Amino acid sequence: MPTLRRFIVLALLAALISAGANAAAAQGRQIVNIYSSRHYGAMEQMFVKFTQETGIEVRLSQGSPQALLTRLEQEGAQTPADVFFSVDTGSLVLAAERGLFQPIDSEVLRANVPEALRDPENRWFGLSQRLRTIVYNPDKVDPSELSTYEALADPKWNGRLCLRPATHVYTISLVASMIAALGEEKTEEVVKGWVANKPQLIDSDTRILETIAAGGCDVGITNHYYVGRLYAQNPDIKVKIFWANQEDRGVHRNVAGAGVTANAVNRENAIKLLEWLSDAEKGQAGDETGLPGGNYEYPVNVRARLNPIIEAFGTPKIDALPLSELGKYQKAAIDLLGRAGY
Amino acid sequence: MGHNTLIQPAQAKPIALRRTERRLRGRLLLPLIVAGLVVLPILNLLSTLLSPSFEMWQRLWETILPRMLGNTLLLLSGVGALTLIIGTGMAWLVTAYQFPLRALFERALLLPLAVPSFVMGFVYMATFDFAGPVQTTLRAWFGQSFRPPDIRSGWGAILVMSLVLYPYVYLLARAAFREQAAATYEAARVMGYTRMQTFFRLIVPLARPSLVAGMALAMMEAMTDFATVRFFNFPTVSEGIVRLWEGRMDRAGAIELSLLLLGVALCLILLERTLRGKARYHQSGGASKRPPRAPLRGAAAALAIGANVALLGAAFVLPVGQLIAWALSYVQNSSGAWRAVFAQYALNTFGLAALAATVTVFLALLIANGVRLRGGRAARIVARLATLGYALPGAVIAAGVLLTLAPVDRAINNIAQQMNWSAPGLILTGTIGGLMYAYVVRFISVAFSSVEASLEKVKPSMEQVARTMGATPLRVLWRIHLPLVSQGMVAAAILVFVDVMKELPATVMLRPLGMDTLAIWTYMAAAESFWEEASLPALTILAVGLVPVWFLMRVGNRAEQ
Repeated sequence: MPTLRRFIVLALLAALISAGANAAAAQGRQIVNIYSSRHYGAMEQMFVKFTQETGIEVRLSQGSPQALLTRLEQEGAQTPADVFFSVDTGSLVLAAERGLFQPIDSEVLRANVPEALRDPENRWFGLSQRLRTIVYNPDKVDPSELSTYEALADPKWNGRLCLRPATHVYTISLVASMIAALGEEKTEEVVKGWVANKPQLIDSDTRILETIAAGGCDVGITNHYYVGRLYAQNPDIKVKIFWANQEDRGVHRNVAGAGVTANAVNRENAIKLLEWLSDAEKGQAGDETGLPGGNYEYPVNVRARLNPIIEAFGTPKIDALPLSELGKYQKAAIDLLGRAGY
Repeated sequence: MGHNTLIQPAQAKPIALRRTERRLRGRLLLPLIVAGLVVLPILNLLSTLLSPSFEMWQRLWETILPRMLGNTLLLLSGVGALTLIIGTGMAWLVTAYQFPLRALFERALLLPLAVPSFVMGFVYMATFDFAGPVQTTLRAWFGQSFRPPDIRSGWGAILVMSLVLYPYVYLLARAAFREQAAATYEAARVMGYTRMQTFFRLIVPLARPSLVAGMALAMMEAMTDFATVRFFNFPTVSEGIVRLWEGRMDRAGAIELSLLLLGVALCLILLERTLRGKARYHQSGGASKRPPRAPLRGAAAALAIGANVALLGAAFVLPVGQLIAWALSYVQNSSGAWRAVFAQYALNTFGLAALAATVTVFLALLIANGVRLRGGRAARIVARLATLGYALPGAVIAAGVLLTLAPVDRAINNIAQQMNWSAPGLILTGTIGGLMYAYVVRFISVAFSSVEASLEKVKPSMEQVARTMGATPLRVLWRIHLPLVSQGMVAAAILVFVDVMKELPATVMLRPLGMDTLAIWTYMAAAESFWEEASLPALTILAVGLVPVWFLMRVGNRAEQ
């Protein structure tokens, strides 16, 4: 009995202390609350810099894009979040459609973010670009053998592919872009071709690249910045980037971005944050303190300098599909992947 | 009519009996209300099923459902069988035999309880997949063509989960073996049974309720996991629910699919009840002596030690060693900005887990005792329903809690607005209140099985004697039940504590801003293959999880003496 009682008292004390510490921390300071689906080491460093320069404290709550979106919707007008930051365009489009964002009339943002990379009604703004493309092991594959995503359905790639599972939003967005370009029927044929080639499904782009480098498979599809990250650690790693579909529509692009929530309490701070993140010298910097630079992504601000590692990849032709279309075909893509047995 | 009711047969009962009945009913009311509140989110979810969509089921059947159902059944039977074998076998080895280092192993075997399955998942993935160090080394020895079976598969998921879930069976099996009286055992030996025969014909059947309870816990945990099976490309129904919920934003679909999981859970509970049987074994006689351990020598002793070392190596030393190596490398190579974040996350996690454990165990005791005192059919059904939460994925429970509390929050704010008060905000869903609700719904069955199992230790005769001697029911509860079940309550609190620390989906959906936990940090980093960053919070969950495990070892040890 004494141990049991001691345990209970300790448990209650611990709970009280942590609750108190949290309440005390929230008292009257300049803050901006963010729901973020972005979780990269570089991100925090960038917020630290923002806080240093503006005195506005950044409070983050992380989750997958869809989980945060669901939460925003449930909380409605009472949501504590001022900003919704997503690594996936589809969820930004959905958030805008469901009235969770407010339009932001900011000259700075209009000047810094090109029209194609933001919502036509200025409810969300792209802040970095990621390209999903083909990667290969130069010892096993000659780049002349590669051309398009669709060509990877060819039986000659049987047992040689590493792909990301259907659960991941990157796979879903890529297939959505294929549906937009080719139609459902043709896309299903392609996906079934991939499946027939018995790809290894690995739920991590980094691991796909490492497996390719180790000779576990020859060709894969990953986001370009994972290659940048690996190059930064080991420039000699046996993986190379091939820009897909350069002869036709261009390589698949997704955008990470953010919007200000419809009832943001700290609206001014939220706008300041977005403007800061779009600034060519600050949030868009090509070094590790910048949002795209620190993560080897392409900046959205045309005046921003590229990270040197990314600069070496060259400037590919990009699929001009409007970003809002990706959201439209997302459900169709998930069903198609399921039907194809992916 | 009014006149007639006055002379109904009930009136004929002796006054004393009527008073007792009324009091019993009163005492049952509170447990019923608590149980009802626990069931409410699940009922709310079920009510959305009144209009099933055949189109959706057809689509599911054509796409992912058959594979997920098959995988779920495979995972459940695999994890069930493997945890039962490992847990029972090891429990028997350390209670019935004497070999060098036995006492150390007996305690150490509880250690994997502190390792969350998704942490185990990413460590095994990073270590044993094609690009991992083990296969790379093997290729260096045997050449590039060396290709062992891919760990990203069903057997990989089953193995990894069984390695961290077997302590559930081990813990309950060991307690059951210890409680078995020497007299029973000696009788069997006198009858000419060998040690092995005694084990299979007497010890295991007598311990069946505990073994089955442990196995059911392990299977339910395996059933609700979505993170580990995702790492291993082995989509189950749980994974499908999260996939629908998150990927297709299809809440109705996810909720309907979770009905399927509810069905599987019901089958599991039914199976547990059936396997447990109606039998209630009470040892007669006082606290009897434990049967003596048979000493093992030579090869047998080496084998026993080898089995322990292999199991502990795979389930604890390997993951912890790898995590420590990553963590050291991370701390050396990073800027140090992690320190403040880390302190906050640790505080959040510990506070949430402690509060949830305390609340959950007391509610479980309340319900279990209520049901026991007046085990009417209705009370039993409500109690059963209240413990269904463990079989549901956290995401589904979080949805139910949101469905239940969000209208209350809105109503409060509406009233405040009409009264011209300042809006209180989301005082239920925006605070740890909602999260606690979800934790209780999710984990009360963990506490309930443990509390209920130890309440069964209280012999009906004890209570009858105490009551006959004039003790009030409350005094009986305090003086007889509580001391007897305290071990069960502590065990329950520890299990809930550890489970809350590992919990992911409900925490992701319901935590208030700034209440990020270590588990969330770990999963996010691991999903991005930031093994080194993930190792730090993962190790902390592990270390904090070790405190209750250590406590558990001590309690177990005292019971031994």
